[in-house]
Amino acid sequence: MNPVDVNLIDIIQFLFMGIQRGCIYAMVAMGFNMIYNATGIINLAQGEFVVLGGLMMVTLTMTLHLPVALAFVFTVFFGVAAGILMERLTINPVKQPTVLRLVIITVAVSIITKGGAMIFWGKGSHYMDHFSSAEPLDFHGATILPQTLWIIGILLLVVVAYVFFFNFTMTGKCMRACAINRDAARLAGIDDRKMVMLSFALSAGIGAIAGIIITPVIQIDYARGAMLGLKGFGAAVLGGLGNSTGAVAAGILLGVLEALGAGYISSHYMDAIALVILLFVLFVRPSGIFGNSEAMRLKEF
Amino acid sequence: MRGKNSVGFIILILSVIVLPHIITNDYYLGSLIFTGLNSLACIGLCLLMGYAGQISIGHGAFVAIGAYGAGILTANYGWSPWPAMGFSMLLAAFVAIILGIPALRLKGHYLAMATLGFASIVHVVTVAAVDVTGGPSGIVNIPRPNLFGYLLDTDTRYFYFVWAVVIIGVYCAFNLIDSRVGRGLRALHGSEDAAASLGIPVTWYKVQVFILSAVYASLSGSLYACYVNYIDPGPFDVSYSVLLITMVAVGGLHNIWGALTGAVVLSLLPEFLSFISDYLRLFGIRYQQDYNTLVYGMILLFIMLFLPEGIFSGLRGGLARVFAVFKKSGQASLEGEFAGQSSAEKLLGSLSGHDQ
Repeated sequence: MNPVDVNLIDIIQFLFMGIQRGCIYAMVAMGFNMIYNATGIINLAQGEFVVLGGLMMVTLTMTLHLPVALAFVFTVFFGVAAGILMERLTINPVKQPTVLRLVIITVAVSIITKGGAMIFWGKGSHYMDHFSSAEPLDFHGATILPQTLWIIGILLLVVVAYVFFFNFTMTGKCMRACAINRDAARLAGIDDRKMVMLSFALSAGIGAIAGIIITPVIQIDYARGAMLGLKGFGAAVLGGLGNSTGAVAAGILLGVLEALGAGYISSHYMDAIALVILLFVLFVRPSGIFGNSEAMRLKEF
Repeated sequence: MRGKNSVGFIILILSVIVLPHIITNDYYLGSLIFTGLNSLACIGLCLLMGYAGQISIGHGAFVAIGAYGAGILTANYGWSPWPAMGFSMLLAAFVAIILGIPALRLKGHYLAMATLGFASIVHVVTVAAVDVTGGPSGIVNIPRPNLFGYLLDTDTRYFYFVWAVVIIGVYCAFNLIDSRVGRGLRALHGSEDAAASLGIPVTWYKVQVFILSAVYASLSGSLYACYVNYIDPGPFDVSYSVLLITMVAVGGLHNIWGALTGAVVLSLLPEFLSFISDYLRLFGIRYQQDYNTLVYGMILLFIMLFLPEGIFSGLRGGLARVFAVFKKSGQASLEGEFAGQSSAEKLLGSLSGHDQ
């Protein structure tokens, strides 16, 4: 095998790793966008939804030995319930919402979730079996984990469901109407409070799915939420805040850039790479690479 | 500095003078020093959150800059602590300009995410840049500073020194609030567009406050490094930044005294919790240190939901209400003595439906 091939195999290997991570960032970013579109706030507890999903899945499959499919469904319901609970208990009761106050409330929820998860699941990291075999598959000299294929497949399913929901169902269209102009939507008879609750439910559900599918690869622990949330936010900004198709592309791009950076620059600084990109985009083009700067100017956040 | 603030100042100065005479235990004196350091960072953060209406979720990074700046320059390069602290403050200000100008030019809360990202980067660097920061094992042998020939070597001396800095910090913050910039800040907190139409340079004011808050945080970090003589990346992660926000929000966003109250209450809360845990055990509750995070989160959530102005304003409002009730009941009873007859007649009249 000549050196060129070796380099190529390296690149493919990094690409696989990047896409695997990127899918997770994409899903976290979609969660950010849903809540942002419905309320105009950034939910800083978004990463915590991912951790909750992962930890719940570990308990259901590894301790209770439920079949993966059943545990998957239960965990998503658990995530949705957590999202609804958060909205009903902490966002809905606020009488005079200001962005600053709501953002601090989401910070509080993230601290509580983190503290609760630490008490309930302990400080150690949790191992979970891969969905199918843990044997890497060979791909022209590079290897890919079957779990990565699961991750890509589930992301595709989520995106299809997302597009279907927001374009072809009445509830989805109502949510989009609220995102575009809440007052006008209310005048048209849409219950915007209910849409806010729904956005938290869906966003937590997607977060839980992300947690479920990534846990076999990264071994989840209670403190992972902040970094996952932050990188997901990076993807959301990169794709244009509020634009979920942009977020998916940006998430995968961010994951790939991070993997290439870790491979070719320094693995110690891997976590910093995505964040430097986040800062750079925030400063140079805050509307994101796929976003519309005109539309951005009208947003509240 | 007028009225209520000077009362607050006298209370603060008196309690600082008296406390070391009451508390002679080194451990508790140490936690009061940490309380002072947290207070210093919180004063700056309060100016940013309460007055400029911006949130920074990465203030721990500026504390880290202060701590590492002072630590590296003194321990590795043999600088004296004072110039090292000054240099760290300049560095923090410079970083704040670089971060603040682009983030604050945008409307809304981009600064929150920019600072959060920046704080995470700083944390990664403190762990990974082993040559400069010592990596996970940190920096040792950071000297205590010398003040006018007195080496600040005992906890009592350091306590007085740190709290003197806090008092100066509070004084400067009040001066800022009473100045033209402070009034401008309050205006832009209400409405940025309205403030801009009155000729207030909105972005520049916000950047200035952000720089100032970064300098406060950096000084707090430098004093921390010189106090414990040893730093590692552990205390400066994102959860410390979140803790600072919690302190300011719990105490009261729109009031320096509130931020100070929050810093004091939450810094001493772990001591209090470990104190009451002995009693909780009597009721069969086994309280552990691990629950602290949860308790902090709960407190922050409850304050934000039910007392959005913070405990300081809440306490003040509560006291005012109690006084008002006393005043009213006092007046009512006085009136009752003189006019008891007529009011009883009125009551009877209204009951029987007769008009007088």
